[in-house]
Amino acid sequence: MSHDKTMNLTLHVWRQKGPKDPGKFEVYDAKDVSPDQSFLEMLDEVNEDLIKAGKDPIAFDHDCREGICGMCSQVINGMAHGGQDRTTVCQLHMRMFKDGDTIYIEPWRARAFPVIKDLVVDRIALDTIIQAGGYTSAHTGGIADGNAILVPKPEAEYAMDAAECIGCGACVAGCPNGSAMLFTSAKVSQLAVLPQGQAEAARRVKEMTETLQECGFGNCTNHYECQAACPKGINVKFIAKLNREYLKSLF
Amino acid sequence: MSNNFQNNEYAQRDTIMQLFTSTVGRKVLMAITGQFMVLFVIVHMLGNSSIFIPGGINAYAEHLHALPPLVWAFRLVMVCVASIHILFGIQLSLENRAANAETYAVKNLKKATLASTSMLYTGLLLLAFIIYHLLHFTIRATPDIKIGVDALGRIDVFGMVTNSFSYGIITFIYIAAMVVLFLHLSHGIQSFFQTMGWNNEKTLPVFSKIGMVAAVVLLLGYASIPFVIVTGILKG
Ligand code: HEM
Ligand code: FES
Repeated sequence: MSHDKTMNLTLHVWRQKGPKDPGKFEVYDAKDVSPDQSFLEMLDEVNEDLIKAGKDPIAFDHDCREGICGMCSQVINGMAHGGQDRTTVCQLHMRMFKDGDTIYIEPWRARAFPVIKDLVVDRIALDTIIQAGGYTSAHTGGIADGNAILVPKPEAEYAMDAAECIGCGACVAGCPNGSAMLFTSAKVSQLAVLPQGQAEAARRVKEMTETLQECGFGNCTNHYECQAACPKGINVKFIAKLNREYLKSLF
Repeated sequence: MSNNFQNNEYAQRDTIMQLFTSTVGRKVLMAITGQFMVLFVIVHMLGNSSIFIPGGINAYAEHLHALPPLVWAFRLVMVCVASIHILFGIQLSLENRAANAETYAVKNLKKATLASTSMLYTGLLLLAFIIYHLLHFTIRATPDIKIGVDALGRIDVFGMVTNSFSYGIITFIYIAAMVVLFLHLSHGIQSFFQTMGWNNEKTLPVFSKIGMVAAVVLLLGYASIPFVIVTGILKG
């Protein structure tokens, strides 16, 4: 099966020298691409050729290459992470494409995510939102015994589903309003149903949404594109939960 | 930025005023005012359907305006509701545009719809229609208006309406406006439940269907009136 035919692809890649540079698409040929390669391996080979030719390689973010760190961030043919269900760019395989395909590769685009170089954007704003309240302030000392604090199974599952967020920012990239509501709502929801998080739930939701606004993210208008873009399948029910927590916090 | 998560300052903040400035608060105000207008358009449609009963709409109009102070109080409420909805709608839309100024060369939307992406435009078209509609049948200042009295000495609303719909362009404007309303509400009604937080993964598809059905019913209900008049199905 590894003897599948290789492919030749045309890549239109966004190249941008720095945050202030206007940036533009450059066209590259990716030759003899194996369907078993990952998308990032394919780009690695294109970069090898660029380096050999004495040109600047395409800058892109990556780290774990197994879908857990949330570093890889590319909009491929208009879809964050390439549009395959629950898949990050690093997990995307070239078998998704066919010989002769043209592929557009762009960075996450949102005011809150300025481009650093080419496909690399600055996602510090997501950390800023977490710093505003995505934690519990109680000092817990050493690691507590497992099950010292009992959490009912449905709540534990709910919190785990929300905690699946890897903070990649695909929800922002996919949102027509450049909003980080899905990201924020996942953390708000996760902590709001757990005993340690409940005490500060009201303050947390206000601080985090206020910071979201200050960071230059847009407002949610319920397009639900974020859920479609999310490589971890974070559900928009968490945004409803955030709205609920916000309304509760007013009283 | 906010470093007061751990101190008391937060507890003393003015909470209700945040509704007018925060990202969720303004959405909630839009949702409530939008839903209020939805209730209004439902009642308005039911009222209009009195046209199908002989003499019905003339009687309805007379009763409706029997208590001027109540009519004016209601109009005042509607103006406030609509203003909040429109002002925040424009403000939020402008912010969203600024937050996503650089668009993708290739766009591939999976869930967003024509309705959800054109809310500002359908909203502004509705505003234009509401102004025209008020000038037309409420203030009765447009040139096509003919007002008479019926056999019982009441203002002949039926005659006024059928006369106006004898102009093709007016019929077209009314039906087109109802299509625009349909688009606005096909996204807006389900959006209301999500914004209010009354939603989860099981209810979301249900609310989407309810919203769509309600939007279709409103479209058919309203558009049926110019339709039956123009086609001659409904005669005085
Ligand atoms: C008159 C001018 C109007 C403007 C400029 C306007 C504009 C908007 C905008 C920009 C949104 C937000 C889009 C979103 O959240 O997806 C919205 C939402 C909505 N609109 Fe309107 N609209 C208008 C009239 C109306 C009318 C007449 C109705 C009802 C009959 C209505 C019902 C709604 C509802 C229910 C929502 C959803 C609320 C939410 O969850 O945000 N709107 N409108
Ligand atoms: S590189 Fe870590 S998630 Fe893709």
